[in-house]
Order: sequence, then C-alpha cells, then structure tokens
Amino acid sequence: MVPLAYYLALSAALFCLGVAGFLFKQDIITVFISIELMLNAVNLAFVAFGHALRQTDGNLFVFFVMVVAAAEAAVGLAIIIAVVRNRGTLDVDSMQQLKD
Amino acid sequence: MQLALFLVFALVAVAGGVNLLLQRHPIYSALSLVTVMGALAVEYLLLGAEFIAFIQIIVYAGAIMVLFVFVIMVLNAGEVAAPPKSRVAAFLGLPLLTALALLLLTQFTGSIGGAGLALGDPRVGPAEVGDALFHRYLLPFEVTSVLFLVGILGAVVLAARPHRPRPAAGQAPEALAENPAAAAARR
Repeated sequence: MVPLAYYLALSAALFCLGVAGFLFKQDIITVFISIELMLNAVNLAFVAFGHALRQTDGNLFVFFVMVVAAAEAAVGLAIIIAVVRNRGTLDVDSMQQLKD
Repeated sequence: MQLALFLVFALVAVAGGVNLLLQRHPIYSALSLVTVMGALAVEYLLLGAEFIAFIQIIVYAGAIMVLFVFVIMVLNAGEVAAPPKSRVAAFLGLPLLTALALLLLTQFTGSIGGAGLALGDPRVGPAEVGDALFHRYLLPFEVTSVLFLVGILGAVVLAARPHRPRPAAGQAPEALAENPAAAAARR
C-alpha cells in the first residue's frame, strides 16, 4: 500500500523541476524538454487519482495528453528548426526581436 | 515491497529530473528525460495502469524522444554559452520556485491525507481502457487522428526549406527579372 499523497508529492516534485528547467535553461531544446517533463508529472497525478477513485478516466486522460504531446512535439520541433535556421542560435535570450 | 519499489523509482525519477536541470548539453537533458519516463512507467505499473505504462515506453520514450534526439542531431546543438542573467531572476527565481513546490506539496498532502492505494485494481485493466476508448470516448479518439494529420502537415510546412524559384536553363534573361532587387540593379 503506497499512500496517494506519495504519488502526488512525486508529481509535484517533477512538475517543479520542469518549471525550473523552463525558467532557468538557456537553450530552446532544453526548455522544450522541460515542458515534456511537466506533462509527465501531470500524467502521474492523473493515473494516481484514477486509481484512487477506481475509474478508467484517469488512464484515458493520460492517453489524450500523450496524443496531444506527440503532436505538440512534432510541431514545436519544426518551429525550433525554422527558428534556428533563421536566427542561427539556440539561445532563447537572443530571441527578443519584438522587444528591440 | 510496493513502497520500496515506489521509493526506488521515485528517487530515480527525481534524480533524472535534477540531472536534466544540471546538464548543459541538450542531448544529456534528453537522455535524462528518457530515464524519468522509464521510472514513471514503473510507477504506472505499480498503479495497475499497464496500458499507460507501455504506451509511455513506446510513444513517449520511443517516438517522441527519438524525435528530440533527431532534432538535436540535425541542428548540431551544443552548449549555449550562458550570458549574464537578469538580477531579478537570480534573486527571485529560486525562492519563488521553492514557494511553488512547498505550496503544491502542502496542498496535496494536506487535502488528501494518508489515504492508501491498493495495487492492481482489476477494474482499470487494458480491456476496460480499450472499451471506454472505443465507446464513451470514440469521438475524441477520432478527433485526435485529425489533430495528428494537421500536426504532420504543420510540421512539414514549418520545417521545409523556404522555396526559391529556380531559373530554368536556356530561359530568356527577362524572365529572371521579376526579382525587384535584380531589376533595380540592372537599371
């Protein structure tokens, strides 16, 4: 018997690591990887709640989150390729044309 | 036994997440994420979600991360030289992040309490997931295929090289003059 709170604590810890990566990392690919880490943390909370409430909906939400994450990864990486081809750098801090 | 398995793989997942943050090269971050995903797949198995566990390995660790690694190789991505950060981020970033983590932890553990979870509930096996997917969630399931089609088209359009009109061999030079810069240079 593992308490539900342990799963939620693990989920919260992974989500906070993802937030930290999203905010602190410099290169655009690692920022994108951090977003995937946050999605994984939320998936764990979905499955844990679904198991605690004895419902299949938690698993199905995770399935749809994975589908959307796959589409998002394909489009997002294509955008990264286009941006890097135009700008020649992976550094997110150098992408500030709107500010200048 | 379950608790020991949970703790071991939770530790692996958190260590992978921390390593993702600490590495400077994106390929190491991507491989750390694969570690996190594998550990989370074991946690899903502990929760009795076999379908999600294997989808996690096949789709996430298999397909999506291969896409990431391919893009890292295509772009020949290396370490980004870290420029000096803003002072606000340096002073406020870590305290605010710690506050967020503490808030989430206290909210979760406070509202849920110590309610235990039984392992392997037979009602949420792969058969039930498939049944719900093709009956109650049939329309969202079909909509995801449209979403994938649009995603594929968008990825191809965005990642394709910009199209340049190529002059055909043996064509009159006037035909090339639709480029305004070239026309201006000739004038």
